Amino acid sequence: MTYIVGILIVVFLGLTILVVSRLQNVLKGVDAGSEDSSKPEGNSWNAWMFMAFLVLSFVGFIWSYYSAEKDFLPEASSIHGRRTDDLFWFSMAILTIAFFIVNFLIFYFSWKYQYKKGNKATFYPENHKLELIWTVIPAIVMALLVFTGWKAWSDITSDAPKDSEVFEIMGKQFGWYVRYPGVDNNKLGNYNYKLIDSQNEMGLDLSDENSFDDFISVSELHVPVDKPVLLKIRARDVLHSVFIPHMRVKMDAVPGMPTKFWFIPDKTTAEMRAELGNSSFDYEIACTEVCGRGHFAMRLRLIVEDEASYRKWCAEQKTFLETYPEYLAKVPDNLKPKAMKYMPEAAPSDSTTAQTTGIGTTASFR
Amino acid sequence: MSAVETGIHADVQHEEHVHHDPLNFWRKYVFSEDHKIIAKQYLITGIFWAMIGIAMSVVFRLQLGFPQADISWLRPVLGQWIDEAGKLDPNFYLALVTMHGTIMVFFVLTAGLSGTFSNFLIPLQIGARDMASGFLNMLSYWFFFTASVIMFASLFLQTGPAAGGWVVYPPLSALPQAHEGSGMGMTLWLISMALFIVSQLLGGINYITTVINLRTRGMTFSRLPLTIWAFLITAILGLISFPVLLSAALLLIFDRHFGTSFYLSEIYIGGEALPNVGGSPILFQHLFWFLGHPEVYIVLLPALGITSEIIATNSRKPIFGYRAMIASMLGIAFLAFIVWAHHMFVTGMNPFLGSVFMFLTLIIAVPSAVKAFNYITTLWKGNIIFTPAMLFSIGLVSFFVTGGLTGIILGNSALDIQLHDTYFVVAHFHIVMGAASAFGLFAGVYHWFPKMFGRMMNYRMGQIHFWLTFIGIYLVFFPMHYIGIAGFPRRYYQFTSFDFGKSFTDLNMFITIAAVLSFLAQFIFVWNFFYSIFKGKKATQNPWNSNTLEWTAPINPGHGNWEGDIPAVYRWSYDYSKPGSAQDFIPQNIPYSQTPESNLPHENEQIAMEAEIEAQNFNDQFKNAH
Repeated sequence: MTYIVGILIVVFLGLTILVVSRLQNVLKGVDAGSEDSSKPEGNSWNAWMFMAFLVLSFVGFIWSYYSAEKDFLPEASSIHGRRTDDLFWFSMAILTIAFFIVNFLIFYFSWKYQYKKGNKATFYPENHKLELIWTVIPAIVMALLVFTGWKAWSDITSDAPKDSEVFEIMGKQFGWYVRYPGVDNNKLGNYNYKLIDSQNEMGLDLSDENSFDDFISVSELHVPVDKPVLLKIRARDVLHSVFIPHMRVKMDAVPGMPTKFWFIPDKTTAEMRAELGNSSFDYEIACTEVCGRGHFAMRLRLIVEDEASYRKWCAEQKTFLETYPEYLAKVPDNLKPKAMKYMPEAAPSDSTTAQTTGIGTTASFR
Repeated sequence: MSAVETGIHADVQHEEHVHHDPLNFWRKYVFSEDHKIIAKQYLITGIFWAMIGIAMSVVFRLQLGFPQADISWLRPVLGQWIDEAGKLDPNFYLALVTMHGTIMVFFVLTAGLSGTFSNFLIPLQIGARDMASGFLNMLSYWFFFTASVIMFASLFLQTGPAAGGWVVYPPLSALPQAHEGSGMGMTLWLISMALFIVSQLLGGINYITTVINLRTRGMTFSRLPLTIWAFLITAILGLISFPVLLSAALLLIFDRHFGTSFYLSEIYIGGEALPNVGGSPILFQHLFWFLGHPEVYIVLLPALGITSEIIATNSRKPIFGYRAMIASMLGIAFLAFIVWAHHMFVTGMNPFLGSVFMFLTLIIAVPSAVKAFNYITTLWKGNIIFTPAMLFSIGLVSFFVTGGLTGIILGNSALDIQLHDTYFVVAHFHIVMGAASAFGLFAGVYHWFPKMFGRMMNYRMGQIHFWLTFIGIYLVFFPMHYIGIAGFPRRYYQFTSFDFGKSFTDLNMFITIAAVLSFLAQFIFVWNFFYSIFKGKKATQNPWNSNTLEWTAPINPGHGNWEGDIPAVYRWSYDYSKPGSAQDFIPQNIPYSQTPESNLPHENEQIAMEAEIEAQNFNDQFKNAH
């Protein structure tokens, strides 16, 4: 990286010096320039600058690309991600060819056909065949790119498989809440934004029995490897956007309009650590829709693990009711027996003990 | 016969006109109805805003390139926005990003570019005395000026200007409790933008009316210079799309101040659940981008029009594929209205809609490619003179291609998932829309400066300005693609909160240095511009040996542009280096009957129509009732 900077600076300085050296001539020739009006001022050095720019930028491009490449994201850790990666580099290859050809022609022609005394430009106003060719060729290339992209897009945005692991992720200023469907029924309970308070931050609706075994995390999202993961995404205050760079996942979180994204992560965090030789590597979730002051720091860790350790981790988590037993009061009477199952051992009858139990576990929530 | 008669008549009228209203200073230079003065007002306001807008980008680039640096030396300018530790306030960072976007897109590249050159060139190139309505035109500028004053005032608020990004997505922009910048700053932003839109609509109606109604004798649509085609299409785009932004802004004002729920639903913020339900933040995005996407072409098309004119003139060749150029502009303009949702692939919009918009978006690449190839073929076998305007035009074509190509990646919804809202997008649109349009603005200023001020800008200084800017812009925005591929999100105050954002610190530093150097290079232009207004070399009547009509007007055209009759037009504006002709250009007002040596067979047939053209109504505002 340091080299990139070094060389680019040298390139810039080199060109600046070249330009400034011409400036000397300018200052000298401010008045003298008008003598020979038949020859445009400074024409040939500008033409040569185009050639110099062509060569230097070509070298700079190739070289800077290879120096920067190591800092690109590693290969995607999700199945659709590798597909879009391939598509990206395939499109990029085609476009790079076009980029070089077209820019080469612009700069080369500028140099080649610079003003020469006595020359006359060719009167060449149109050529329908030529125009047709360069209308049709881009159209065909576009059709190819569109078609491959469209196939990938419709697969990625298709409905999630029935056996997906479902998670709910909610953005707020400035952090994420993740809700797991719990160990028993694998269903997320209902929510309602009007039920949100300082403890029930996600607005869990406890009149829905599916919510009894739900549990919540604010620091990390654990998902099993090689299984479809369906993220149900929402926001409670302003727009956010769930971005998991290594999974090639991005979807906005919109207040009032739940969104979703499903993907199959197929490399565990541990595998990725080994692959990168970085023992502290973590998958991360970031926000990519500007949401205010703390936008740049809405970090959530994503932990991909094998199914066994995932289940084990889930089993260790305390359900929402377990953490805040006083919310039992919100459970309708007919469901109370069911809810009792998720209460802390020795279901508290008075709220003071409930409070202490609650405090004991809130650390993981904050 | 009739021409002679009307000619005498014209002289009488002209006399009368010259004497009947000696204008005082205020009416002549400030509240002027003269399109040339209004154009200069737009240009100078645009330059003022550009310096502010670019300076802002330098400040936030400092933050991104040198996040640890102590920038308390900026405190005399930024005051409270630099905290005790000498660091930029994160809220103000967002405010800078927002204001940079708003200023550059709307105030510089829309008003500064379209406002300047549509006003200046439409009457001069179509052969009209002035705009259809000088009064509306004046009103247009002063609405813009008022919008500018309000936007400028918002920079000095205690809570800062609007800070939700230039797209001002609600609910962030709708809820003052969500963000400091969503208070008074946002209110002023909305008022300013509403006035700005009024200004654009007044201007746009005027441009369209003028082009349709006030073309001189013989100036058929198929003889219009491409600049005028571009301005006409741009004005139509603006006229259709800006009202939609106005409605979006009005609904946002309603949500903010009158408790409606157009964009708000199920929000819990600041410890309370808001009563609003049933609105949709996505609605705003649809409305915004219905303007926002055509807006890209509103800033780009005039630049492309200007470039077409300059490349043809300085290659000493006709523009290649004149009709294809018009067709591709019309195609781009039409498609511009039906691609807006490619900004919204990952908003949770129906994926099927995403596929439709992907198809439509990628079709735009075809007319764009045609334009690029036509420019290149115009260079081919030319006899190129590198005036500063020509250099900037060539630079524009390079940017248009380079930035346009990455658009093909972003328009692909499957690829956009990863790249949306990363620096890849920033790099893309800054090259294709920002830099390309800015180069159109520079090219236009260098090219038409002699017509505007009767003096020449310093040639060499212009060339040096070009090279520093051209190289600088590539050095700033090319590496940004790499950062985007690495997944860096835009509008981040710093990247250190994430492990994946820990790389590229030196590349970010490099970009910042390149940005500062490019910014400094602009002072060469500013100095050259203002110095040349007063001290530049006196211009000749047609310094670039150009064909278009404005160069037949006096060096310092007065009110009404031409003394005596408005010239008639007999040919297109691209008869450069015509075989058989002694000189390498034949202006539009030279009849075919005077150039038998260079006429093409079908042009000889048009000689018969010259009498008909001359017999036409003068279409002269000074003579017809208005």
